[in-house]
Amino acid sequence: MGKVIIPIGPQHPALKEPESFSVTLEGEKIVDVNLRLGYNHRGIEKACEERTYIQDIYILERVCGICSHSHSTCFVQTVEEIAGVEIPERAKYIRTIVAELERIHSHLLWLGVAGHEIGFDTLFMYTWRDREIVMMILKKVTGNRVNYGINTIGGVRRDISQELLKEILTSVDALEERTKYYIQVATQETTLMNRLLNVGKLSHEDAVLTGAIGPTGRASGIDSDTRRDDPYAAYDKVTFKVIVDNHNDVYGRTLVRVLELMEAYSIIRQSVQNMTEGPITVKVPRKIPAGEAFGRYEAPRGEDVHYVKSNGTEKPERVKVRAPTLANIKPVLKMLENYNLADLPIIVAAIDPCFSCTDRTLLIKDKKSNKSKIMDWESLRKYSIEWYKKRGIGF
Amino acid sequence: MNMIRPGKMIRQVLSSLIKKPATIKYPYVKFEMPENFRGKIKFYPEKCIGCKLCVRDCPSNAITITKVGEKKFECEIRLDKCIYCAQCVDSCLKKALESTGEFELAQLDKKKLKEIFHAQSEDGIKKET
Amino acid sequence: MATALFYILIFPGFLFLAVFGLAVEFVDRKLYARLQNRVGPPWFQPLADFIKLLAKETIIPDKAEKLIFKLLPFFALTSVVATILYIPIWGTEAIFSFNGDIIIVLYLLSIPTLTFFLAGWYSKSLFSMIGAIRALTQFFAYEVPLFIVVLSPALLAGTWSLSKMAEFYNQHPGYWLFNLIGFGVAVIVLLGKLEKVPFDIPEAETEIVAGSFTEYSGMLLAFFRLAIDIETVVCAALLAAVFLPFGLGLSPILGFSLFIIKVLFIVALISLLRTVFARLRIDQMVNFCWKYIAPISFLQLLINIILGAVLVK
Repeated sequence: MGKVIIPIGPQHPALKEPESFSVTLEGEKIVDVNLRLGYNHRGIEKACEERTYIQDIYILERVCGICSHSHSTCFVQTVEEIAGVEIPERAKYIRTIVAELERIHSHLLWLGVAGHEIGFDTLFMYTWRDREIVMMILKKVTGNRVNYGINTIGGVRRDISQELLKEILTSVDALEERTKYYIQVATQETTLMNRLLNVGKLSHEDAVLTGAIGPTGRASGIDSDTRRDDPYAAYDKVTFKVIVDNHNDVYGRTLVRVLELMEAYSIIRQSVQNMTEGPITVKVPRKIPAGEAFGRYEAPRGEDVHYVKSNGTEKPERVKVRAPTLANIKPVLKMLENYNLADLPIIVAAIDPCFSCTDRTLLIKDKKSNKSKIMDWESLRKYSIEWYKKRGIGF
Repeated sequence: MNMIRPGKMIRQVLSSLIKKPATIKYPYVKFEMPENFRGKIKFYPEKCIGCKLCVRDCPSNAITITKVGEKKFECEIRLDKCIYCAQCVDSCLKKALESTGEFELAQLDKKKLKEIFHAQSEDGIKKET
Repeated sequence: MATALFYILIFPGFLFLAVFGLAVEFVDRKLYARLQNRVGPPWFQPLADFIKLLAKETIIPDKAEKLIFKLLPFFALTSVVATILYIPIWGTEAIFSFNGDIIIVLYLLSIPTLTFFLAGWYSKSLFSMIGAIRALTQFFAYEVPLFIVVLSPALLAGTWSLSKMAEFYNQHPGYWLFNLIGFGVAVIVLLGKLEKVPFDIPEAETEIVAGSFTEYSGMLLAFFRLAIDIETVVCAALLAAVFLPFGLGLSPILGFSLFIIKVLFIVALISLLRTVFARLRIDQMVNFCWKYIAPISFLQLLINIILGAVLVK
């Protein structure tokens, strides 16, 4: 058949978000991949500059639908650093508990998606059924299933009552039992192993060179975890293992994630045990003093980085978000080389991509004049209203 | 290394045959939201003092508070703009706002997505504006 | 003439097969859902899907070969409908039978796969073409074991006619138990033929959208899907006739019920198998077929040759 270039995306069943891989195939073998991002640029950073710090928490929470707590915590921590506030002990524990519950829900979700990508829908259905347990407990603790809204500058918005803490512990027990079963499935089911082992190899050197982070990096032997290396919230008060694996392939990434689930259960148990009564917020003035700070947070997908610059007003001067997927995109292109087309969905899924979170800026140049146009907020708004009006959608 | 077994999930799968499906048949079977669920916002006009902190903090500009008389305030909440973060509930010093467990808010008519809480007039009867 | 038309169009031909095929699709989907702890579709879902697809616009790609593109679903449909006439449904008598009809049946059953290949090829779309090539590659991997295992019981019976075979096993009750290895192989091979997980490689959704059927829509897709449903029934009926030939002497009503039960049993087995596996890669599938399935089918052949010499003589 010779070489063909097939378009995987922007709309394709394997991809849950719009991004475009142009895959050059030789038969079934991938020889070259061209990635284009930027289909889902939402202008979040710019929008943050137009809003107050409190409003920004909610807009940044919506950067990602799955690691929403990660982004809001990262931002809030950064702002607290600029303002120089130390949040109460209990708030730290609550942040840790919600963060780990979120990690559980994210990793269970990933396990299901991975199953779906290799045609194992049963695994998908079962993991998502069990994920419902953690979603329910998150809803009870925070008041919503996805956008928890638990953070505020200077602490957390809601306390967790004793009964709820008990309920968290019982659901963690139930989840732990299920996770043990999934570890068995992942390590014993033959067809699953066939599809995961030795697929999407990323050697330790390549992982370091391309800058893989999170479970992707840890599966290639990179021993780094922000929770341990630069502890935030209450992570310095609990003990946990950083899961590192040397399989270097999709199987290793699966193992890292399921074993991280077990660690998350232990972290939650320790946090619940260590928690002491006390206030959950400290008062922070609406105007944050001038300064800048850089925040790191270990999101389920890897290290999340926020940079905030304050100019002494109610609104930040600059907010920069680096979602973990951006760091993992270069490794994924490396991983795809010389594998089958059939392996593409699972290799891409193995970094747990979140492409909408990644899209920050997009520069579109006119091909003829090689010039790009700069539009300000108002003209963009006008343009979008016009665009929709032409298609019969009024405002 | 563990033993490799084809069809590892077969026992789990077969046991599901005698179990009830995990699915909640949602529109037919309703379920209750937990008490601190962040649903539709309710406004108590008699408690409002018109400080407009909620308007300032609302991330999506969904709230408008208008003064309709001496110490009387009216609130309009745009349900289509609201992101149900309940920041206004936290911001309110007088607890004039409250989040409820109501979450079935989809509407075909855009006009119904605007909820106005009228201030009570002197005689306690709702005044149409 | 009138009776022949009745056979072809109504019973056990098109109408019966269409209804049964949709019913079997429902059983498959419902069981699949229940095995996954879901609710699953209501009983009319396959019919509703079919009617919905009929009502949809049919889009034919500009570059596709229009005539062949339109004809292929009907080729697939007619070939599977024709097959049922040679398969004994109840009792030992098929509607038409002659010595060698077993070859015809296997031959007719390979036509749908070929139409899938051609459909993909003539769609002139990249995803379809990859699907088409995969369908053909897979076809070569499973077809040989399928032929061998279906022919081994015939070897034991010493006939090339399905009806005569049924008669033989009816006279020698219990002999079908010798073919159980073959039955196992045939069920696995059937997964490949019907393109179900773990062998749904030609239409792997997350890789190549819908494989051969990517460009099909509306009525044409509806008939392709109906053809696949009917293929499921016919393949299950073939397996029932070849590997489960018991209770053939019953009255028509009882015999017919038994036939339905046999078909549903095979379909349930397929549903169960497709629940517990992940999709294999095409190279793994071909490997698996030649490394394990083909030798096992040869083993069945060997057993039957020896048994044939010992028992039947």
